[in-house]
Amino acid sequence: MSRFWRWVLQWGQPGELYQRLVLLQPWVAVASITMLVAGAYAAFWLAPADYQQGEVFRILYVHVPAAWLSLMIYGFMVALALLVFVWQVTVAGWALNAFAWLGAGYTLMALVTGAIWGQPTWGTWWVWDARLTSELVLLFIYLGIVLVFDALSDSKAAARMAAILTLVGSVNLPIIHYSVIWWHTLHQPPSIRGFDSSLHASMLYPLLLMALAFLLVFVWQAIWMLRCRVLQEASQTPWLARRLRGMVENGKDQ
Amino acid sequence: MRLSRVRQKRVLWALVIVLGAGLGAFMMLQALQKNVMYFYSVSELHEAPTPPQKTVRLGGVVASGSLEQGEDLAVTFAMTDYAHSIRVVYQGLLPNLFREGQGVIATGFLDKNGRFVASELLAKHDEEYMPPEVAESLQGKVTPP
Repeated sequence: MSRFWRWVLQWGQPGELYQRLVLLQPWVAVASITMLVAGAYAAFWLAPADYQQGEVFRILYVHVPAAWLSLMIYGFMVALALLVFVWQVTVAGWALNAFAWLGAGYTLMALVTGAIWGQPTWGTWWVWDARLTSELVLLFIYLGIVLVFDALSDSKAAARMAAILTLVGSVNLPIIHYSVIWWHTLHQPPSIRGFDSSLHASMLYPLLLMALAFLLVFVWQAIWMLRCRVLQEASQTPWLARRLRGMVENGKDQ
Repeated sequence: MRLSRVRQKRVLWALVIVLGAGLGAFMMLQALQKNVMYFYSVSELHEAPTPPQKTVRLGGVVASGSLEQGEDLAVTFAMTDYAHSIRVVYQGLLPNLFREGQGVIATGFLDKNGRFVASELLAKHDEEYMPPEVAESLQGKVTPP
């Protein structure tokens, strides 16, 4: 087996995974905070107000990154679900569980910021149009996956069930994306399609900064949750005992 | 790396699950096509008028120069999709983005005189965002579709 494949497969070993997460975490933390500060400054001070909506439009800089992330996390989860379902990678199941929680959070964030934005612009908090409804369905799918993990005490069976549910739910992703194109909706079509943007350039780059910042924050949160999970699962294994002994002797982590 | 037989079988199952769910969702949405549409366009209502007093949602653009303000927050305007247009009557608060040339969605019914009596009015907004200066310099250069 090549060195590269060995490196890839080692992500599946809890001990090795934990080491890598510990190494990765400070870099991701610094990058997230930097990007979040830069993105927020660009979005809330540098970007001009919109010609129609005025200052209200700035909620776009939270709403759109959260909505993008709610779809992207699900995309990652489909890959994890295949790892669980086909290769039965235990660690992938732990990640699936953590991602489902985080995905539910970002979906809720997209829904709530959307409602706050809708009230002053559309004149309503909520309507049952195809875009809003399919995004609400995504929230329920995320919560369903979380519930499957919580409901089954056999964690292998839970991961398999959750993986199947994730695969079934993936059907909703294209429905959310194309809802505003296939059907008449109150929600407008996407402003960014491929490399075409109907946002003015001075408003576009803060959005891209914020999107990257949100992605980094998500990775940071995922690292935290996964580290906790590894420790929880590995509390009886020799590598953790060795590691803890090392920490006591050296008086520090890492 | 080659997949073992067991894993090949599982990949197949994964495909069956996704395709099956996809087919189910597709058929359901096809059957519910009419219900998933949030509103009728003006042309659709023109071609197949709804029975009087039946409440529907109608979407279109407020035709420029057609807005008339009456007493007690009453307004009438022509809603158009640039193929057909219809007179809309509404009384109540208007959403912030309501103006001539704006897309709106009205909930109401067709009355005997062929007017659309709206009880609720929502403003759509498009996917264009730009600073006011840019919008000003574009004035008159943007043509309706």
